[in-house]
Amino acid sequence: MEPALETRGLTIRFGGHVAVNDVSCGFAPGTLTAIVGPNGAGKTTYFNLISGQLRASAGQVLVGGQDITTLPASARTRQGLGRAFQLTNLFPQLSALENVRLAVQSRAEAGWSLFRVWNDRRDLIEKAEAVLERVRLADKRNVAPAALSHGDQRKLEVALLIAMEPKVFMFDEPTAGMSVDEVPTVLELINDIKQRGDATVLLVEHKMDVVRSLADRIVVLHNGVLVADGDPAAVIASPIVQEAYLGIEATR
Amino acid sequence: MTARSALSAAATQPRPTGMMSRLLSSDMPRSRALSAILIVIVAGLAATPFLFSGSQPLSTAAKICVFIALVASYDLLLGYTGIVSFAHTMFFGIGGYGVAIALERLGPTWISVAIGLAVALVLSAVLAVAIGLLSLRVRAIFFSMITLAVASAAAVLASQMSTVTGGEDGLSFQLPPQLRPAFRLLLEPIFGVTINGRVLAYYLVFFAALAIFLALLRIVNSPFGRVLQAIRENEFRAEALGYRVVAYRTAASVISALAATVAGAMLALWLRYNGPDTTLSFSIMIDILLMVVIGGMGTLYGAVIGATLFVLAQSYLQVLMGAASSGLSGIPFLPDLVHPDRWLLWLGALFIISVYAFPGGIVGYLRKRQSA
Repeated sequence: MEPALETRGLTIRFGGHVAVNDVSCGFAPGTLTAIVGPNGAGKTTYFNLISGQLRASAGQVLVGGQDITTLPASARTRQGLGRAFQLTNLFPQLSALENVRLAVQSRAEAGWSLFRVWNDRRDLIEKAEAVLERVRLADKRNVAPAALSHGDQRKLEVALLIAMEPKVFMFDEPTAGMSVDEVPTVLELINDIKQRGDATVLLVEHKMDVVRSLADRIVVLHNGVLVADGDPAAVIASPIVQEAYLGIEATR
Repeated sequence: MTARSALSAAATQPRPTGMMSRLLSSDMPRSRALSAILIVIVAGLAATPFLFSGSQPLSTAAKICVFIALVASYDLLLGYTGIVSFAHTMFFGIGGYGVAIALERLGPTWISVAIGLAVALVLSAVLAVAIGLLSLRVRAIFFSMITLAVASAAAVLASQMSTVTGGEDGLSFQLPPQLRPAFRLLLEPIFGVTINGRVLAYYLVFFAALAIFLALLRIVNSPFGRVLQAIRENEFRAEALGYRVVAYRTAASVISALAATVAGAMLALWLRYNGPDTTLSFSIMIDILLMVVIGGMGTLYGAVIGATLFVLAQSYLQVLMGAASSGLSGIPFLPDLVHPDRWLLWLGALFIISVYAFPGGIVGYLRKRQSA
């Protein structure tokens, strides 16, 4: 089957430093792949190359077989790549509902309507409300992210991603900095996305128990190189992972 | 900041219905005091020819109308999109020169007005697109510098090309017959006021400003306007959501430039003159900035209040101070302090006080008071 997303020889150099080095990897539709690796392994950089925040020095990114390597981030989003950010990245002074409504509006390609009043599009507002309901933020609809707790901000970040209805969901450490009791909600949301259909999910995550319970497959990056790829149990057991990743994790 | 959160929170309330809400694009003043002030200003401007005699009040009112449109169009850039441009007076000047040159060269007809305005609009749009595409990609501070350079170049160009623009002297011209003082629309006066060409010219300016304001109010409350606010809040995220930030910013610049062009044309028609000092000078650019900030950035109603207060202060502060100065004569030092020549000092002091006291502008303050 054709991968939903594929990278071929993807590379980026910052001066002499090769942050992502010749990474070729395909992601099949309907699968959840965890991307793991120690800090500085190039996971977020790899994400940035895929979603277009960085331009590759070499190699290609393909969505549904189509080369999107030269497209800007906004065009990649319209091609079905959805990205949630590691550091919460929202519209801090707009209400939670408006944050989500903007994502729904982008999906509906309604941004270039200049002479209608925004609330003429009840359908967009209702859809945004439904997404807020789904991430359990309905009661915070009028609160701006600047006034939300960290956990609620992360949920809103997931809400924006859901609202964009992407083909490929990219989560960058969705549970980072969350309190222990908030983590399950976000994991349920991701699991829910996985269960719902043929969405392809990429997940950068540090917590091994999370990875083990959610992932169909694990890809390991180390110093920008793809060093292991396969079934979660096998990858976690492999010597290279024990040394390169889990060894470092264990000593922290 | 709190003003903005209050704004966004209130904006997600169920929409009010009714004609007024349609006209104001669901963006109601949301403060009783603000509504009252706006009604007084609009009613006052609409009735100026009937309320005051003499030419000075009418000229002041016309200037207020022009500046409401100009400041509102600048707020679309600064307050809603977060673009700091210093080239706004260039577009204002293009509108003024377009009408002035056409009327001077092609004769005082409505066709000349239309041609002048059309050419000015096209030129403004082309320049706005060029500046936008070339420089909206770079960091905000560099964009501001580029607009400053372009605006200075335009001002120099206008004063150098004296065969076309009249140079430093500017251009005086004849208006179409219907707008001349001698023209009578009706034989009988209404409420004791003769409806002559001057009154017609005033209402032309008034309704043009009203139309521009309502159109801008619609645009900032459209799905497009919401994207602009998203870009202001977090440009990076707006791009990641699938909005082409450069295209949206360029579109906002073009709309803003077109509105400023029409405002410039209206001012030239009213003054029967256009020159560097009336539309192109950098001091007007500073006035616009002050009016936006005093009224309240990111609230188009702020443009109405800012422009009204500022133009009134400009026109009447000196008179007021002259009276105060002579009233205080005999007391040492004080008459000098309030001497009419010091009016700019006091305007500056008023500005600093208002920025400290009302960081969200007057509109931000009134709305905060209402919701508190």
